[in-house]
Amino acid sequence: MRSPLIPEMATQEVQLNETLAHLKTESETLKSKLEEERAKLHDVERACCDNAMHLGDGLCLRPLRLCCSLGLDNKCSVYPLSLDKNENLAAKKKSVAMHTNYLSACSFTNSDMQILTSSGDGTCALWDVESGQLLQSFHGHAADVLCLDLAPSETGNTFVSGGCDKKANVWDMRSGQCIQSFETHESDINSVRYYPSGDAFASGSDDATCRLYDLRADREVAIYSKESIIFGVSSVDFSLSGRLLFGGYNDYTINVWDVLKGTRVSILFGHENRVSTLRVSPDGTAFSTGSWDHTLRIWA
Amino acid sequence: MTINTLAKGGWNREQMSCFRKMEKVIVSMQDPDMGMKMRNQRLLITVIPHAMTGRDIIDWLIQKYNICDEEALHVGGMLVRYGYIYPLKEPRSLVLRPDESPYRFQTPYFWTSTRWPASELDYAIYLAKKNIRKQGELMEYEKERYSVLNKRINHTWDFVVMQAREQLRASKQRRKADRIVLECQEQAYWLINRPPSGMRNMLDMGLERPNTFSSRVTLNSDYYKNEIENCKRALGRNRVKSSICLEGYVFVKYSEQYLNHDPIMQGCLPSNPWISDDTAHWTMNAEVVPTPTRLRVERWSFSFMELLNDSMGKREFMTYLEKEFSAENLCFWQACEDIRHGESSRIIQKVEEIYKNFLAPGAARWVNIDSKTMDKTLTGIRHPHRFVMDDAQMHIYFLMKKDSYPRYLKSDLYKNLLAKAIVPQESKKSVFPFMRRQRHASPSPAQVVTQATEEDGHAKGAGEAGTNSAAGSHA
Repeated sequence: MRSPLIPEMATQEVQLNETLAHLKTESETLKSKLEEERAKLHDVERACCDNAMHLGDGLCLRPLRLCCSLGLDNKCSVYPLSLDKNENLAAKKKSVAMHTNYLSACSFTNSDMQILTSSGDGTCALWDVESGQLLQSFHGHAADVLCLDLAPSETGNTFVSGGCDKKANVWDMRSGQCIQSFETHESDINSVRYYPSGDAFASGSDDATCRLYDLRADREVAIYSKESIIFGVSSVDFSLSGRLLFGGYNDYTINVWDVLKGTRVSILFGHENRVSTLRVSPDGTAFSTGSWDHTLRIWA
Repeated sequence: MTINTLAKGGWNREQMSCFRKMEKVIVSMQDPDMGMKMRNQRLLITVIPHAMTGRDIIDWLIQKYNICDEEALHVGGMLVRYGYIYPLKEPRSLVLRPDESPYRFQTPYFWTSTRWPASELDYAIYLAKKNIRKQGELMEYEKERYSVLNKRINHTWDFVVMQAREQLRASKQRRKADRIVLECQEQAYWLINRPPSGMRNMLDMGLERPNTFSSRVTLNSDYYKNEIENCKRALGRNRVKSSICLEGYVFVKYSEQYLNHDPIMQGCLPSNPWISDDTAHWTMNAEVVPTPTRLRVERWSFSFMELLNDSMGKREFMTYLEKEFSAENLCFWQACEDIRHGESSRIIQKVEEIYKNFLAPGAARWVNIDSKTMDKTLTGIRHPHRFVMDDAQMHIYFLMKKDSYPRYLKSDLYKNLLAKAIVPQESKKSVFPFMRRQRHASPSPAQVVTQATEEDGHAKGAGEAGTNSAAGSHA
């Protein structure tokens, strides 16, 4: 008696597994080759330094009309802003984005009409606000995407995202392709922010370091860390000139780094629980921090 | 509200790495050669060995990490809050005091990372012990939890009481010093793992993160094929040497150019509103003002993008282009931007308008694009989409950037505006200093940085990134 089906299926399955393993190996080999190529052009001492120095909700504001917020319902909602106290804004809220898992970050692009979101489902997505339609999706992270930032470039077409897979990816908004990828952090990347000129971006991670990645050199060019800093970075932002990098940490402090020298300039105390978010004002006069201690503080 | 949805037994990766790092510190604190000097501590009439004072801890941290007093107090404080060091006096207050208060290292048995998550059963036994040992020794919140546990795990209650009695009996046979130590250790452990309401829950982690990579994203063949493609593309790209980017000439130049525009670094005129409560700075730099400030007009000369990003700059530039009879370029560029960032529903309509106004033969505001780009665009218009104008837009953008923009900067229009622009006076210090609100007094980061720059001089050779002011500079 023949039973041809079972052995054949088994062979197919084995072939599939071999293909997957093969692909994985090829991918990893190429990655190490890429790191070697990147290292060849790194002719500078790394600016590293040890010396003597949520809740899952995200909020993003556009100055004029709308603001968008994220809930744990996997949706991104847009609210019209109004100075009329009597207006019931909640009733006017509109659901724009829809992921299959929680949303970690959102940002309007250059206008009120498009929103970029990142999600725990491992993808980022671009949405049309008016219709709620998905315009583009970005696949390439191997785990939750936690943060994103739009590039301040002339052509305004790229953004960077950071995730639980320790990767920071730069994406082309038009094509959905990942243009560059950096994987040097040792843990989740909680925050990414472009350098004001758009030539680089900084990241903050649970591994207690901030790092600077140069897009033209295509590699990490600085690590901002100190042995006495043990807890993760939740949020980073640059001062207006890009000379200083501010990091909000899970040990309730803010560390201020000299971007060029790689040294820590200052440590700021005041919050009584984790600093979960940090942003420099657009005119650069101050920066604000939000914390699990229920306060927002402004530092100048 | 916190959502703690950690899977049973699942370990939060972030927490794990912090614990490991704290444990490393603790271990080096107890190093026989480089660690802390311990001593016996008198607690009422008992002598507790291997204790140290809060001051000792801080001094050791200052020495080891080369940090200031305040930071050492903070780092040590975290070690106490996470239960790696506990206080002997006032054991319910997990705070590091910079004085002679005695502290001890928590035994690794009771490290949060060792016995995590704390089990209900253990907690019940602990509370039962306290209850039996001395009636009324339980605090209010402990009494409540005790009765809740009693109901919830009633079926094992006999076991709980039996264990409690057994542990009490065993402890009675210990020396008093050991008994006190064990009670302190246990108490510290439970303060962290079952904090009273009102006390910060140190183990609160917020939203769950995945423990393994592939829990939410399937790492299938598509994923790897994607990775391979990305890598191949990346291998082929042009790269610039790090020395050119970091050290010379991109970051340094940019930061220097914008230094005077960075209020946190250099202050702003007339004063920083956040510090002085005087909003003049904001009024003077509002979007629409009769006369702009000098810094603002200067900034337009930094890059074409700066000019276009400022609505006033854009208007001025438009005025200049009108004089040159090339205003259609800017209008065209703006119209293209509207398509790229606008509603999907209006794309087709807007593309048609652009064609009519700017591209059609004989159009009222015809833009001069090279034939190749024009052909490509006209073909693309037949099936309009959001990015159909990109090539043409880019062409016109660079045309303006390379030609009109530099000429604008040399024009009388710009130079006159610059000459007329306001330079605010620095406002005098307030006459009544005691009227100012208290501010948290931390040294301004800018002062530290500019001081350092002065010490360094500007002698930074290429390839010297990473030298810091404290270590001295190399010529």
